Amino acid sequence: MSIKLGDMSYQDRIEKGIENDFMREAVSSAQGRFRNGRLTQAEELGDWEDWRQLGSEIRTHTLENLDYYLQQLSEQVSKRGGNVFFAATAEEANAYIKKVIKQKNGKKVVKSKSMVTEEIGLNQQLEQMGAEVVESDLGEWILQLDEDPPSHIVTPALHKNKEQIRETFAEKRGYDQSDSPEELAAFAREQLRKDFLSADVGITGCNFAIAESGAITLVTNEGNARMVTALPDTQITVMGMERIVPTWEDMEVLVSLLTRAAVGQKLTSYVTSYTGARLEGEIDGPDDYHLVIVDNGRSKILGTEFQSALHCIRCAACINVCPVYRHVGGHAYNSIYPGPIGAVLTPLLDGYDDHKELPYASSLCAACTEACPVKIPLHEQLIRHRQIIVEQEKKSPVTEKIMMKGFAQWASTPAAYKLSTKLARTALKPWTKDETIKNGPGPLKGWTDVRDFPAPAKQSFRAWWKERKKGVNQ
Amino acid sequence: MVIHNHDAFLSNVAAHLGRPRRTSGVKRPTWSVRPQDRVFAGYSKEELIAVLKKQCQAIHTDVVEVKQHELTQALTDTIKRYEGKTVIAANDKRNALYGLDQFYEQLNEEIDVHIWDAQLGKENQIIAERTDIGISFSDITLAESATVTLFNDKHHGRSISLLPKSFIAIIPKSTIVPRMTQAAQQLHMSVEKGKDVPSCVSFVSGPSNSADIEMNLIVGVHGPIQATYIVVGD
Ligand code: SF4
Repeated sequence: MSIKLGDMSYQDRIEKGIENDFMREAVSSAQGRFRNGRLTQAEELGDWEDWRQLGSEIRTHTLENLDYYLQQLSEQVSKRGGNVFFAATAEEANAYIKKVIKQKNGKKVVKSKSMVTEEIGLNQQLEQMGAEVVESDLGEWILQLDEDPPSHIVTPALHKNKEQIRETFAEKRGYDQSDSPEELAAFAREQLRKDFLSADVGITGCNFAIAESGAITLVTNEGNARMVTALPDTQITVMGMERIVPTWEDMEVLVSLLTRAAVGQKLTSYVTSYTGARLEGEIDGPDDYHLVIVDNGRSKILGTEFQSALHCIRCAACINVCPVYRHVGGHAYNSIYPGPIGAVLTPLLDGYDDHKELPYASSLCAACTEACPVKIPLHEQLIRHRQIIVEQEKKSPVTEKIMMKGFAQWASTPAAYKLSTKLARTALKPWTKDETIKNGPGPLKGWTDVRDFPAPAKQSFRAWWKERKKGVNQ
Repeated sequence: MVIHNHDAFLSNVAAHLGRPRRTSGVKRPTWSVRPQDRVFAGYSKEELIAVLKKQCQAIHTDVVEVKQHELTQALTDTIKRYEGKTVIAANDKRNALYGLDQFYEQLNEEIDVHIWDAQLGKENQIIAERTDIGISFSDITLAESATVTLFNDKHHGRSISLLPKSFIAIIPKSTIVPRMTQAAQQLHMSVEKGKDVPSCVSFVSGPSNSADIEMNLIVGVHGPIQATYIVVGD
């Protein structure tokens, strides 16, 4: 897999998403639960806005001094017996990782969930060289058995129901018990234990690298990252270059924000910080350790108006409040990074050519911006993407720019959005026909017909989509 | 150990940031806010224990509070409750302090007790995998999230709290702090003083769990299925 999930058109992906009733319901209920969890935790913690402010300051300072902190990190890892490889591209990262595995004569690789390794397509590369690769996060393992891409950052197999999971286990692993989640999980536990114990190489991603001591912090509930980092003798951490904090104290703040914003937990069951190779006399942990720091397009974002997109801590809070995601599901974004952050990040990393529809996958209601624990102005960045796309396509009348600016202000807070819903119906009248928006201004242009925009209109998204398909709205 | 390609990579980062490379002189600013210091500020140990106990309910973890001379009885009870036939424990200096050396010796007459032994190498992991119950002392205990912080080293393998079906953490009352902030501060200060931090710091809050199947909470996916904390007055 690479950042792009496949070649199916956005239109077809959206249709698939909308037709999948189970997925849409699962997404909607997960959104509700995650969102409520986040809000409860934020309230219980108190001072949530101060926490967000602190998170945002830490991320801003770190990114502004990224070269310094990356150097400090690499020196600390090296001091603790680890090797560090700076990879400018996906190819360089994959080549280095393959070289390490080959040198170790590694046959079996056990992995803990890592988005960056998906982004660089590592698994296929390893399989091509003849290594067996096992994803050990329960959700990821299910998807791996089924050869299906993830659809949510935190719960990757959200789109699958337990009957489908039972079927996959039966077909691929001879499972013959019920579809109760407990039995399914117990089966996975038993199967994966064998893999943990027999793997030659462990590969993980990285939630936060701590520059001052070279420690890599992983945040999980299942404990699979602990297994992966404790048992195999060769260990490789793959991190996007922005996943770094200056000190332990900063890590703590961001972990607190991450677990609350992601799943509404005070902390996950396991937060593990490991540093380099095991020390003399230690038994757990690798004797051969490698940290691979990946650029793969990230540096191009530095110094631009999109720099703060790199502040993302992958909590999925923006995804969990997005009305468009609710309707179309993760696969519709055709990127391993779905939802609002995916719509911002994917075109930055992979260019506009394949993803120019993505920035339109937003109602610009600004719920994402409000939910983001590190205060990334997501909806503003989406608007900026749209401007660039329009400008690049030389379809940029001045009026449209003005329109977008006004739109951004109008949609800048959910409260304003709600308040102005009625007004919007009037404001959008010139573009509205038969209760649907035919060819709206600025942000309403293009495929964004495919979003919850008839919110100001009376029609439901689903009904509207159906009609659109029939040609009523063409 | 080797650092590959860092010059080209970091120069490119600096170039995109629009300035020459920074290799020294970067100071962390004083952040404009520090909400983390306000959480449970001024709470007594008793109040923090109450916070911890409440949070244990949310993370499916049993918790008991005992006096030091009651510790071995509490351990015996928990091992019985878990129907443990085998136990693995860290070779912790505090074992002697809390009378556990003797206790484990006696226990070994009834069930198998293995004390982590660095000399045995990988054999320790194999034993841990077969063992019913792992027992560790907490080094720093975070009340807010009911988390035990384990500084792993050659006498205290990571496998103890990971591979057995059940996990028991012994929490000396003195180790309890409001939240992760204080643990992070302690680690940060060690680094500042030039001390090496442990090769693995494990923050563990209750048993392993997952919500990957239809968002149902399933306890014990990879690590321990059940956990008990024993808070000991000291
Ligand atoms: S953009 Fe913000 S809300 Fe979305 S995943 Fe990243 S950190 Fe979380």
